[in-house]
Amino acid sequence: MNEWLIILGIACHALSGVPGLFYSCHDNKGQAQSVRLEVVGSVFGMMGAIGSLWSTPAAGALMRVDGLSVIFLIPIFLIPALGGIYGTEYWSQQAHPHNGRKLRLFYGLVTAALATVAVSANAILFLVAWEVMAMSAFFLVTTEDEDRSVRQAGWLYLITTHISTLCLFALFAVLRVATGSYALGPLSADLASPGVVTAVFILAVLAFGCKAGLMPLHIWLPSAHAMTPSHVSALMSGVLIKIGIYGLIRLTSWLPDPPVWWGGLLLVLGAGSGVLGVVMALGQHDLKRLLTYHSIENIGIIVMGVGLALVGRSLNCMEWVVLGLAGALLHVWNHGLFKALLFLSAGAVIHGTHSRDMDHMGGLGRVMPVTGLCFAVGAIAICGLPPLNGFVSELLIYIGAFRTLGIGQTLSWPAAAFVAPVLALIGALALACFVKAFGAVFLGTARSRHGEHAHEVGRAMTRPMLVLAVMCVGIGIAPIVVTPVLDQGIRAWVPAGIEGVPRVATLVPLGWISLGSLTLVALLGLFTLAMRRRITKGGAASGITWDCGYAAPSARMQYTASSFAQILGTLFAWIQHPRMRVPRVEAVFLGRTTFKSHVPDILLDVILKPLFRFGAKILSSFRFLQAGNIHAYLFYIVLFLIALLLWR
Amino acid sequence: MSHIIIHIILLLVLPPLLLGVIGKTKALFAGRIGPPVLQPYYDLWKLFQKGSVFSTTTTWVFRAGPVVGLATALLAGMLIPFGGHWAPVSFNGDMILFAYLFALGRFFTAAAALDTGSAFEGMGSAREVTFSCLAEPALFFGFLVLAKLSGSLSLTTMLDGTFPLGAGAAAPSLVLVAASLFIVLLVENCRIPFDDPNTHLELTMIHEVMVLDHSGPAFGMILYGAAMKLFVMGAVLLRVVVPFELGNPWYDWGLFMAGMLGLAVLIGMVESMMARFRMVFVPTFLVAACLLSAFGVILLLR
Repeated sequence: MNEWLIILGIACHALSGVPGLFYSCHDNKGQAQSVRLEVVGSVFGMMGAIGSLWSTPAAGALMRVDGLSVIFLIPIFLIPALGGIYGTEYWSQQAHPHNGRKLRLFYGLVTAALATVAVSANAILFLVAWEVMAMSAFFLVTTEDEDRSVRQAGWLYLITTHISTLCLFALFAVLRVATGSYALGPLSADLASPGVVTAVFILAVLAFGCKAGLMPLHIWLPSAHAMTPSHVSALMSGVLIKIGIYGLIRLTSWLPDPPVWWGGLLLVLGAGSGVLGVVMALGQHDLKRLLTYHSIENIGIIVMGVGLALVGRSLNCMEWVVLGLAGALLHVWNHGLFKALLFLSAGAVIHGTHSRDMDHMGGLGRVMPVTGLCFAVGAIAICGLPPLNGFVSELLIYIGAFRTLGIGQTLSWPAAAFVAPVLALIGALALACFVKAFGAVFLGTARSRHGEHAHEVGRAMTRPMLVLAVMCVGIGIAPIVVTPVLDQGIRAWVPAGIEGVPRVATLVPLGWISLGSLTLVALLGLFTLAMRRRITKGGAASGITWDCGYAAPSARMQYTASSFAQILGTLFAWIQHPRMRVPRVEAVFLGRTTFKSHVPDILLDVILKPLFRFGAKILSSFRFLQAGNIHAYLFYIVLFLIALLLWR
Repeated sequence: MSHIIIHIILLLVLPPLLLGVIGKTKALFAGRIGPPVLQPYYDLWKLFQKGSVFSTTTTWVFRAGPVVGLATALLAGMLIPFGGHWAPVSFNGDMILFAYLFALGRFFTAAAALDTGSAFEGMGSAREVTFSCLAEPALFFGFLVLAKLSGSLSLTTMLDGTFPLGAGAAAPSLVLVAASLFIVLLVENCRIPFDDPNTHLELTMIHEVMVLDHSGPAFGMILYGAAMKLFVMGAVLLRVVVPFELGNPWYDWGLFMAGMLGLAVLIGMVESMMARFRMVFVPTFLVAACLLSAFGVILLLR
């Protein structure tokens, strides 16, 4: 029953873009149909997913719905539907007659493919769904394909996604040889030698890490997410990259006897991804690129949680497994919620100002109050601050990391404890970055004409954002509601036969967290009232900002996003490699001058592109071989055949 | 129960006194008489009576800054054991809530500064968030040491002065952590040699320049919240330095108050005897603080 509901949901999503193809591309009738289908599909899918929490895990030849699938299915069905509603106004068919129908067709397909990947129990189905997902995403990235930079982002995505697919082919081929079947399931230790298992693990890290955007496999993320329409960015960042995490978690659960270095490797990769991601984010002034680098950071946090769980499984310590995996899985949800929220509010800002450059914005909080509030909620949540949801998932990983010191048990693996200061560094840097983004976009005064004329977006856009914001607050205040689902996911991850897996709620004082959050909210309310009373009593006047005696402060004197990040930029210049054009002071009376700074991607622009250019230069010296003369090619063939004969 | 009430009363009443003691110490060192020890209370009282001016550029964020700063400091104060007494609220993982509450306060203080659209306040908030990036890992390395030493995950038991590993094994790490926490305390609370709360040049300020535009009750709230933050972080440091009890709970309260006042005198002495570092050296010292407590962790992992 539940499986059929999920299949129905997948079908609705897959077909959601089709009716639109039969309507005129100049009116909005088609998009209404497609959104209706999406919402219906999501309701069915959610019912199926949540319903299967109460039934025994279904395992057919093609389809498996267990706790882990459910955890990933819920955001897969939730966020695209909200994004679809948002898209009716943000990317309405009327305003985008050329690409609106294409966008909706592939938007539905990618959602359906994602859900299929999350439930497939067969390698072939998995691969087909994976490829449909990857290709639909390519068409989503290249929505505005008349733009050259969009096409470039699309090609980059296409190449990296196929590297990922290639690794998956190799992975499933190895599994097929080892087990003799395409059915996906736990691999028994007597079927596969340790070498095979290690190869499978490495391939999984490559394939799924590339999809998830784990540093240093992240190169496709920044441009692909920045160039797409914002509700697609929300889907890609909130849901699509998580399917890489799903693959990683799922596969590691099947492999027998993981050695401890697996978990160690994931911890190192996660920590590197987290720190480098947030440092790169600090250097950005394109709002959406900034958010994308934060996705890389959050993927790092999630992978650290998975690494902790793997270490726990290697050393047979279920407490670390539960804390690490619960933290990772909850962060998958939380990141889906707050990153979708942030991308949707960024989209609203872009809708209003027609720019992605934060240094052209400012003061939008007054003209777009709802968007500003939603962005603030997302920013607080992504920094992991109480009382919102990001705090809860980071707390789980923190407690897991502290316990690896041997607290509350005799076993210890203290190397993992260094996750705690790394998380603290990531959190503090993320805070700096989001104060910068929130401040530059929503606070102060408008830095450009576009900003002055911005206005609040309509209800089709604000309502999905408000829903996401409420969910961020809800999980933050009452995490006890979601932990039973996490328990099921953990149960599905731990190999069969291991007993005594503790519940999340027994390891973490969820009640106290709720109490702390509620007290904080109560104190905030109390102090707000008190201050309001005192202010009315004392009388309040308004005036211009006190700029140390300067009477005519202007918008251009404000700190920009670039100036805000300047000190951190100098501290981390050895990572960011910023490219700056600083004006030289030459004349006595200065004329107009410009300052430009740009932080290129650490891997793509600083390492890979020069490397490929160098390779192209070397290889171009062989270009004379390609003369275009058919006789020459025949001659090559003859030479090659003779060489083969000699070799035999 | 009575101890919880005392805890709350001390938390609400004592913080401004620390500022008064610091001021008095600095005055004595400079050969002045200085303002009375209770001057911060008079200041707060006056500010709460005054009217306020709000810049036309500001939104709700500007008004939320002081409120969040004070609420988070107060709640963080409920998680810290004062002297040998248990904190009113204590649970596994409360040290993470403690650190993140101050981060929430920082988010809103810095955002409120940016809300004014002033270049100076922008500078202040950029500096504040930058330096905290390095202070935060130092704090967590310190927590790792305390957690390992006490074998617990809650601030009350982490700071209750029992060391299963033995005091001899604990001492070297504790000394390193105390030094690191002292640097973090000075940076986070904007004291000399990292920041000068009394300087007259806005360009060189960190914390004070962020609150230039706040006036009246809102400014009073900021001052009160900042004093409370100093008090709460001081209480943690005090427990690391003085990890023992006197046996009688009332003597413990006395010891705690004497210790806090001693800490204020110490801060006043540091402020009198040192000049402010150039801003570029602040990160260096914070990295040193990180390394000190990181060595503290490594010493325990032998």
